[in-house]
Amino acid sequence: MYALVGRRGDIAVMRKTCTVLVTSLLLAACGHQESATQSQNDASFESKLEQQLLDAKPGSVITVPAGHYTLKRGLSLRTNGVTIRGAGMDKTVLSFKGQIVGPEGLLVNADDFTIENLAIEDTMGDALKINQGKNITIHGVRIEWTDGPKSTNGAYGLYPVKTQNVLVEDSVVIGASDAGIYVGQSNTIVVRRNRVEENVAGIEIENSVNADVYDNTATKNTGGILVFNMPNLSQAGHATRVFHNKVFANNTGNFAKKGAAVASVPAGSGVVVNSNDKVEIFDNDIADNQTANVIISSYFSTNYYNKLGVAADYNPYPKSIYVYGNRFKGGGDSPDGLELKTLKAAVYGINGSFPDVVWDGYADPNHQVDGLPPANDRICIEDTNGVLNADGPHGYKHPSTDTKPFQCSLPKLPPVALNPEPNV
Amino acid sequence: MSMKLWIRMTWLLALPCLAACHRGMEPVAFHDDGYPPALSDWHVVEARDGVLQLNQGVVPYELNTPLFTDYAHKLRTIWMPKGVSAHYSATDTFDFPVGTIISKTFFYPIPASEPRNAKDVARTYDTRRDFAGQGLNLANVHLVETRLLVRRKNGWIAIPYVWNADQTDALLARTGDVQPLRLISENGEREDFNYVVPDQSQCVSCHARDWTTRALQPIGPKARHLNRDYRYADGDENQLTHLTRVGYLTGAPAPADAPRNANWMDPHASLDARARAYLDINCGHCHNPKGAANTTGLTLDISTPKDRHIGICKPPTAAGQGTGDHFFDIVPGHPDDSIIPYRLSSTQPGTMMPEIGRSTVHKEGVALIKAWIAAQPGECVVLH
Repeated sequence: MYALVGRRGDIAVMRKTCTVLVTSLLLAACGHQESATQSQNDASFESKLEQQLLDAKPGSVITVPAGHYTLKRGLSLRTNGVTIRGAGMDKTVLSFKGQIVGPEGLLVNADDFTIENLAIEDTMGDALKINQGKNITIHGVRIEWTDGPKSTNGAYGLYPVKTQNVLVEDSVVIGASDAGIYVGQSNTIVVRRNRVEENVAGIEIENSVNADVYDNTATKNTGGILVFNMPNLSQAGHATRVFHNKVFANNTGNFAKKGAAVASVPAGSGVVVNSNDKVEIFDNDIADNQTANVIISSYFSTNYYNKLGVAADYNPYPKSIYVYGNRFKGGGDSPDGLELKTLKAAVYGINGSFPDVVWDGYADPNHQVDGLPPANDRICIEDTNGVLNADGPHGYKHPSTDTKPFQCSLPKLPPVALNPEPNV
Repeated sequence: MSMKLWIRMTWLLALPCLAACHRGMEPVAFHDDGYPPALSDWHVVEARDGVLQLNQGVVPYELNTPLFTDYAHKLRTIWMPKGVSAHYSATDTFDFPVGTIISKTFFYPIPASEPRNAKDVARTYDTRRDFAGQGLNLANVHLVETRLLVRRKNGWIAIPYVWNADQTDALLARTGDVQPLRLISENGEREDFNYVVPDQSQCVSCHARDWTTRALQPIGPKARHLNRDYRYADGDENQLTHLTRVGYLTGAPAPADAPRNANWMDPHASLDARARAYLDINCGHCHNPKGAANTTGLTLDISTPKDRHIGICKPPTAAGQGTGDHFFDIVPGHPDDSIIPYRLSSTQPGTMMPEIGRSTVHKEGVALIKAWIAAQPGECVVLH
């Protein structure tokens, strides 16, 4: 479905890249100078913070006082049971502008980790990566690339991967060139009350099991909230509930580098499910996302699926997807890319709009009962102004607006219970 | 422990050192706790009389293919207390006993074209002027840092030391260091770069081969890296044989029966063997089924089958801007469309691979990997 998305975007992206190149050369030069002249205060702050991270013991609370600090080297923590606490997401700012060593702003490889009330700005790579750990709490953290959306911004803002029992709440991520909040290959996850803006993907739950995503606001991203399954990874994801979020006007041009999973997401996507299973989308306010308010798609539509590079046991079909009880408004009126524009015009006319939900049309041909997936594996859609089956498998030749195949319901998923409950 | 106390202890230790000491060096000191403030507190290698000298029982070694670190040269040594030895493994790091001290000194030859200064260093693969006996000739080289890996009761610990301006001793640098240096090639080409000494926590980034247990391990001392000859004081000998002979290693088979990685620069080795050896030592410590990069589905250690696991037509997982607009890690026959050489050619944090440990591009290494990808058969046919 996204096949031609890149083409139209390319010209803009190329232009942007040229400007960005020139600017980044200047910036790099400035950055270099800046790092070379890092103030004595900043240098001793950085060295002290590194020392605190090295010396931390289980139970340690590292308090970072209010202030704006420039750091030139990525930080890391490898001790269980540590809390890092600032004075507020607008008061304690760790700026990595001019960073010379990465790869992240802060890398954590530890259990029972809490970080709260501070900001990490302008990291060259990912801002906060937590790689392997259980009982992770991120509370009141702001991640921001301060020059706005640019493909040279770091990829991920808040990035727990291979973690268990994860809470991300009351945080803000702005400007990530991939996903603002990205929870990957993890289990038992709550993402709530966050604000994500001007990222390629606002929130992305990938190859994760048991996630609740609620009370978030996603706007001005390329895609608001994504639930994806990628091939070749340690686990396939399933069981994500996306509810009571505000997902509106996610129409920023896709500024991810090609090849990144999210580079295939058309600008103007509200909630996107790709190749994931057991996803429930309900009670959200989803509005004015110009490609479609909800997109349900398979890995075939990303243009990365090939036999040599994808594990044979990978299942690219989204199964057991339930969309109901959302409040939709607008959207679908200006889809990204020539192919989707043509499709829209063909089915709904030049001035028409895609309906609230667009499905790319890929269903597992070996997994059908009377022409539909088995009852518990179906895509069930209620309370929308329509569904478009785009007929991706046949080059969008025979799209269908018939909603009958989607008139069904599915057993509801249980809420995610964090255990232990974090005490923030 | 305070600096003063260390000095006093060193002084106390110095008393019994009479004629028995090696070239006037006190015996190697294994510290089972804490962070001694100076490299000289360990008496493993010491700068004396214009030479970085190895103490008695300190055995130097080399790897078939080494990790690239901004063209630095490296002197690696190993020491063990009397009466204990490491146990051989065909695939993994040898099982070293408590008390083992491994050192790695990073240094550069002084460029012939420049008067000696604190910034200019030579970019060369020529090591002939580096040595004075088994040690390093300090008239010809500039020492940057010495990293110790110490096997204590609770496991390995990494301790970084940075050489002082006078090149007389290296001082503890747990939070690492950044030194602006300039590489000067034999053809006069100059390249400014920041030599980065990793902080103690970053040591773990590479040395924790398993990110669940988070236990540190040396990377180099594995059979396949060590299985080669070394020029010892008493002549050339295979390193596995030598380590066995001096009592540091048990259970090793004859060298011919032990695995052996290629030397990445060996013109007689196959392209495949050289490229795989290069990926193994530069990438395999993270890109293995238990390492930090097991989140990516890309494995690059020597045992990886040559299919999607090593990146053939594999879409990236979380490369972000590191894709460089490319779709697959390796596009057979098309190195310039492949992500791996793109990331090896970058020096931007967040894009570059390896993620840490270099600030310059290893041009010859990139050329090797590109040549290898160019020689791979197959096609990434996208399914719709």
